[in-house]
Amino acid sequence: MSAAIDHLLPCAAPVRLVDQAGRAVEVPQDGEVAGRGYGMPAAATLKRLWQAMVLARRLDTQATALTKQGRLAVYPSALGQDACQVAPVLALHEQDWLFPTYRDSMALFTRGIDPVEALTLLRGDWHCGYDPHAHRTAPACTPLATQAVHAAGAAHGMARRAGSAPPRAAALCFVGDGATSEGDFHEALNFAAVFHAPVVFFVQNNTYAISVPLERQTKAPALAYKGVGYGIRSEQVDGNDAAAVFSVTRAALEHARAGKGPVLVEGHTYRVQAHTNADDASRYRQDSEVAQWRERDPVERLQAYLQTRHGLTAGDIDEQVDLAESRATELRQRMQDEPVVDPDELFRHVYAQPTPHLRDQADLVSSESASAP
Amino acid sequence: MTTPTSTGELSFAAALNAALGDAMERDPEVLVFGEDVGALGGVFRVTDGLAARFGSDRCFDTPLAEAGIVGFAVGLAMQGFRPVVELQFDAFGYPAFEQVVSHVAKMRNRTRGRLPMPIVLRVPYAGGIGGVEHHSDSSEGYYAHTPGLHVFTPGTVADAYSLLTSAIESEDPCVFMEPKALYWGRGRVDREREVSAAPGTARVARAGRDVTVVTYGSQVPTALQAAQVAAAEEDWDLEVLDLRTIVPLDDDAIMRSVTKTGRCVVLSEAQSFAGVGAELAARIGERCFHSLAAPVLRAGGLDVPYPPPKLERFYLPGVDRVLDAVARLQWDDEPDPRWLDPGPTDSRPRPASRTALR
Repeated sequence: MSAAIDHLLPCAAPVRLVDQAGRAVEVPQDGEVAGRGYGMPAAATLKRLWQAMVLARRLDTQATALTKQGRLAVYPSALGQDACQVAPVLALHEQDWLFPTYRDSMALFTRGIDPVEALTLLRGDWHCGYDPHAHRTAPACTPLATQAVHAAGAAHGMARRAGSAPPRAAALCFVGDGATSEGDFHEALNFAAVFHAPVVFFVQNNTYAISVPLERQTKAPALAYKGVGYGIRSEQVDGNDAAAVFSVTRAALEHARAGKGPVLVEGHTYRVQAHTNADDASRYRQDSEVAQWRERDPVERLQAYLQTRHGLTAGDIDEQVDLAESRATELRQRMQDEPVVDPDELFRHVYAQPTPHLRDQADLVSSESASAP
Repeated sequence: MTTPTSTGELSFAAALNAALGDAMERDPEVLVFGEDVGALGGVFRVTDGLAARFGSDRCFDTPLAEAGIVGFAVGLAMQGFRPVVELQFDAFGYPAFEQVVSHVAKMRNRTRGRLPMPIVLRVPYAGGIGGVEHHSDSSEGYYAHTPGLHVFTPGTVADAYSLLTSAIESEDPCVFMEPKALYWGRGRVDREREVSAAPGTARVARAGRDVTVVTYGSQVPTALQAAQVAAAEEDWDLEVLDLRTIVPLDDDAIMRSVTKTGRCVVLSEAQSFAGVGAELAARIGERCFHSLAAPVLRAGGLDVPYPPPKLERFYLPGVDRVLDAVARLQWDDEPDPRWLDPGPTDSRPRPASRTALR
């Protein structure tokens, strides 16, 4: 490879700090992983990661259960992608912006968004249930990769606000493996590179776009290589190793905040559940494949590491599981009530001031509601 | 900072340029970007001099990718900027359609008003300039059909300035349709805008008694020419109503005019089927039925792909097509013979046109 692009290329293999059995991976001091500044996060950080993953997973499982009770219209589970959703969000600063997709509920929970507000889209009483400014989090985006261009634009805006100083704040954008085939993904990378925008694109490569496997999306050696052609620094990481995901994403965000340009990170992971509760994954993949990935569970892996290296006890685990259980119970109870919807709200946010035409239609709906039995 | 108060005669393109410059002067959050808008000043020179005057960080060229341009504007709007984007040509806006329809138009609604999108999408549109394919579409119907967008269609130099200024100041996204054929026409600009020129307010471009011609954008001059010919040759007194904005729509002004005249032709350059003209005709029928002496007729472009330059004169609505429509407004209280025979469409009698009579 030419030296001119070495600084853009991802590591030859996905960065890994903790192996599947929960043991620390040896990182040679003169190797490329250490050379890029990646290393084991502090014990307190790892514990925070683990706690957040236990909580996010329990809420994710609860959300799937809520679909069975008809309390959510649909739910795309993130189970198995816990590390890819929780670790990058914990690497964010408060002033950074997050650009999530519809599958990133665990990321929203970790960002501190009320789970009921995070699930509004899927409960169906409105689209975005939370205040984007309050949480510096864009609405969860359904049209694939379209939010990546927003992230590039928002990051450029943040850099503009900083003037000639480093931007200090960055944008983090999630996309899936399927979305890397969309034109907007490529336009986003190109705009981010050309404008030197402080944005990190994190591809959660969960191996399937609904039913279509990765080999039908791309012939690239890894999705991370897609950054190189745009002149973007790129990296790939074991997406089920929360320690590595945190370290790589933190370094990428620091790179962006320092005014050194955008970064593309690919997390190699797996969607353990079907695409949504309405999907039948047995039509396109084998149970044996799912079982293999269950062995690589990100939560158990970090938990094992903390138990052997940092004295995490059975009592600590029980305490966190109980906390997660109580949050899940609270979520379940709050979701039992049928949400109150207001038909007048249909018209309230279409324009700053409703047009005369919309006022007429609001009157129509109002009279229909009044005369309804 | 002072608002320029000078008035004077400018070209349509120069009036747009003045509106952009004045807005950038007033509000540092206004950013102008797109393809070739920087050093070149835009292929129609609408952004001429802005990069030099305000710096290449406020008026800048982007990569050649329209979805990227519009998505970038969405991100900047989230951060409090007011992007004014040029989409170079009507048909070049289509790659950005998803960003426009799914995000620009819906973001305020999706977020209960928390993320408004004060974005202006400038679209040089329509034909009559001898452009080769993909350079002459009338694409306003796609945008007007999309809730959440304002659609402005200036047809005069004064409105080029006044409506673009309003669009940039608006808290809502606006698709700003600029008729290419009018870019070089000249007229007076009032930089102290009158309240009567607010968006959603139609303008009686010519008062008349007999027929209302409802039009907008590129066809405003055609309607006025048709009114002149009608007065001189046919003794018909046409009222020309320039809508100025399709969204918001001034239903009241349309009703006032049509209930007065009792006859109406809707004129737009776009293909007629399922277009803005169809919506206008339907609304007039709903509201003015008891005042109408004849069905509302549409005059417009043909329902074919926009033709190559040597054929565009057959496509474009002109004075004759407008006056043919006026002639069919049942002046003798006789129904249009074409619609009396329930037989197949092909067997119906054809009306004679003014062109054929010459």
